[in-house]
Amino acid sequence: MTSIGTGYDLSNSVFSPDGRNFQVEYAVKAVENGGTAIGIRCKDGVVLALEKLVTSKLLKKDANKRIATVDRNAGVVHSGLLPDGRHFVSRARDEASSWRGTYKAPIPGSALANRMGAYVQAYTLYNSVRPFGITAIIGGYDAETELSVDGAVGNGPKVGAGGKTQGVKEGGPFLYMVEPSGLYWGYYGAATGKGRQAAKAELEKLKLDPKEGNCISLEEGVKEAARIIYVAHEDSKDKEFELEMTWISSMSGPTKGRHEEVPKALREEAERLAKKSMEGEEEEEEKMEG
Amino acid sequence: MNHFPEAWGRPRDEIYGAYNPTYLPSSLGGAHQPTTRTQSPIVTGTSVLALKFSTGVVIAADNLASYGSLARFTDVHRLKPFNKRAVVGFGGDVSDMQYLDRLLNSLDVEENYTSSTGDSKQGGEEGLVDAPLMSAKNLHTYLAKVMYKRRTDFNPLWNALLIVGLDDQSQPFLASADLLGTTFSAPSLATGFGAHLAQPILRRVVPNEAASRELSREKAVEAIKECMKVLFYRDARSMNEYSIAVVDENGVELSENEKLENQSWAFADRIKGYGTQVV
Repeated sequence: MTSIGTGYDLSNSVFSPDGRNFQVEYAVKAVENGGTAIGIRCKDGVVLALEKLVTSKLLKKDANKRIATVDRNAGVVHSGLLPDGRHFVSRARDEASSWRGTYKAPIPGSALANRMGAYVQAYTLYNSVRPFGITAIIGGYDAETELSVDGAVGNGPKVGAGGKTQGVKEGGPFLYMVEPSGLYWGYYGAATGKGRQAAKAELEKLKLDPKEGNCISLEEGVKEAARIIYVAHEDSKDKEFELEMTWISSMSGPTKGRHEEVPKALREEAERLAKKSMEGEEEEEEKMEG
Repeated sequence: MNHFPEAWGRPRDEIYGAYNPTYLPSSLGGAHQPTTRTQSPIVTGTSVLALKFSTGVVIAADNLASYGSLARFTDVHRLKPFNKRAVVGFGGDVSDMQYLDRLLNSLDVEENYTSSTGDSKQGGEEGLVDAPLMSAKNLHTYLAKVMYKRRTDFNPLWNALLIVGLDDQSQPFLASADLLGTTFSAPSLATGFGAHLAQPILRRVVPNEAASRELSREKAVEAIKECMKVLFYRDARSMNEYSIAVVDENGVELSENEKLENQSWAFADRIKGYGTQVV
């Protein structure tokens, strides 16, 4: 690496002469070793999925969940250094709850991503700290329907002054990815961790742009997410892993606007289909070779 | 030693004038009143009623928030579902109810940090159990402690609460907590005026725990509705629109815009002795 021995990589908050912050780049390297995490923004919701590598046979199966709920309507999956991710989640929860304290309503996805981006960025500025060794994917759903203000009683006027503008569509699914530099973008599909290249290639094949029509549904998204995690796992096949998946829909959808774990039955079905499609591909390859 | 500051090593009064005690409380000759907090509620909700039956609990409260004797707000929902197994009914100060509602809201968000699936069951195969939902009993304990803490701080939350739902064993649960931090449990409960007007009727339906285990859901709902009617007849701070909720194994069934039916005011002209009326 060009950075080694130059001295510009020893401290955070110091630029190299060609304008790079090497500590941040090393943090990105830490993320590249983590289990693959993906998020898919579907027509009617968001799926978060994680390839949780089994580090020890002594760990209880399906315990130690890694995808965290931040508020009713938002979840975070991250890849990289686990304790950094825990701290990120804890801060996200604080932000969500302080937003509720001020505005008596759930935090919008854009605001949450903005605040977390700013927070992570601050860790690239001081040499008393190191950058976050994670890339986090924030997914959730901003309510389209009228949510009652927390603790409110009664209703305001239906339309007009002090009321609502009729026919305006608000809210919808959101998906953001925050990198160790503090950079964040909104995505249709996001992937990070070891298998991100393969995962991104798969994500690009999906119909995810709502403007183009036939954007995939949440249930299709769950199945695709499972398949993509299996595809991304191909390169580290020797290691065991567990698939962790959460989802969130609108108030009228299957999760009723809450960020929840994907029900066991649906997850197992998605895993079965994922395995089947992997086997199918292998057979085709064999045919081609034969 | 004399601990009163006005007695401490003072310059001579004849030169500097007498000690100025205005900053002191009136008990020490000053102008300040003692610090006080809520002395009475402002906007209030009246009675909350609840009744246990064989498989669950019914709870009801009307939709009125009064400002003194003025019927100020007529669409105030005083039954707040906490989760699939618990509902809280609020009587007393409405702003304190809003505070408690927000408190419960944040409690619910925190309870769900350890993500669970939507199809949450108590128990399951392979011991892979979702974190169990907070039961109505847990919620009652929590709220009773909040109420007791606040009254001990001389800063009470001016409410009378009924907490209904299912306990840890999925049995019907009903208990109260009030502004003094007092808790009480019975097969039927009523707060406010309801304690005088509705409770006797409810006790006739369910005299003891054994009777509540025999009571059907239909009978229980009917009894509560009858009591809401009696309360509307006799409680001047009540209203004919109300919310009613039933909690049982299937979850919470809440209806917030019920209207009183089959009213009969025939008894009214026989009542004498009020206002300007001469008996």
